[in-house]
Amino acid sequence: MKRPMTEVALPDFAPAPQAFPGVDIAPAGWRDYVALAKPRVMSLVVFTALTGLVAADTPMDPILAAMAVLCITVGAGAAGALNMAFDSDIDAQMRRTRNRPVAAGRISRADAAAFGAVLGAFSIMLMGLAVNNLAAGLLLFTILFYALVYTMWLKRSTPQNIVIGGAAGALPPVIGWAAATGHTPLNAWLLFAIIFLWTPPHFWALALNSGGDYEKAGVPMMPVVKGAKSTRLQILIYSLILAPLAVVPAFTGLGGPGYLAASILGGAMFVLLAVRLWRSRAGEAVEPGPDGLYSVKPGAKQARDLFAYSILYLFGLFAVLLVEHGLKAVR
Amino acid sequence: MSDPFHEGQRAAKARRMRSWAIALGLIVLVALTFVVTIVKMAANAHHAVT
Repeated sequence: MKRPMTEVALPDFAPAPQAFPGVDIAPAGWRDYVALAKPRVMSLVVFTALTGLVAADTPMDPILAAMAVLCITVGAGAAGALNMAFDSDIDAQMRRTRNRPVAAGRISRADAAAFGAVLGAFSIMLMGLAVNNLAAGLLLFTILFYALVYTMWLKRSTPQNIVIGGAAGALPPVIGWAAATGHTPLNAWLLFAIIFLWTPPHFWALALNSGGDYEKAGVPMMPVVKGAKSTRLQILIYSLILAPLAVVPAFTGLGGPGYLAASILGGAMFVLLAVRLWRSRAGEAVEPGPDGLYSVKPGAKQARDLFAYSILYLFGLFAVLLVEHGLKAVR
Repeated sequence: MSDPFHEGQRAAKARRMRSWAIALGLIVLVALTFVVTIVKMAANAHHAVT
């Protein structure tokens, strides 16, 4: 039987569903607008974009380089704001996200969408004016892919949501590279591939510990649709592909000896933690504790460890590249 | 009947702050565009000379 096509709900900008109904809500402050831009996600985006820009090894006017980084930062904030505007119904139902400004009702969906659209337009326009059209086009594509393709469509319709949607998070180093050189060679796409393959183990490790929330919100995350066992196996498979791929830049002239060592040791540790998670019962049903007073989440530690380590791993790889190419530029 | 256009003190303050933030954002955008134009013009002039 043919599967019916998934309906994509267009935003109607009705008042946001509040996570805390009946509670008196204070007007939004500047902190809420900062939160709307997802500063933690933004910091990783900026860091990887800066690495792409520096790794290109092309001299660039420092003011224009700073402008490129600023545009990518603001563009990432725009994508985050649009995501919160469109996803407030899901965010309001999940413990991790229910205090976000739109989900909690401090900022309306229309205001969040307008904030994101204006920031996005400014960042793309300035990128085109200050840097080049390729970087501006890639930035536009990234924002639209994240806000429209991932947030409005993939997230609600397929367990491959974060796999395909991960392309948006993987593009910043390519944008950085394009900003510095005006083109995107194979090495830039290698950085893209590393982040692209890193995304599923990173997110699914988090989802294994909050599968119940995703189910409640109707989000077809992998643990909800295929179950915890299949998700743990897929995490392991992605990790086994990621670890050797992350070593490749050391042989294409992108990474030096420091990168080679970091990618081999870091990748081995990544695989080790993925094997440990695969052997655990992470994401399985909660069990009653020995005395019946508390419940035990099996494998929660293994999932948490891989999630935390995955951030350190990606940060470490890009930091080594940044230092190696930064030192080359200084010399 | 309550006045639907009545704005509380907190809401008025928040609206004023938003207005200032928008004004500041526009000033920053104009300043950045000006700086970019100057840097690009200087680079073009340098290329023309060399």
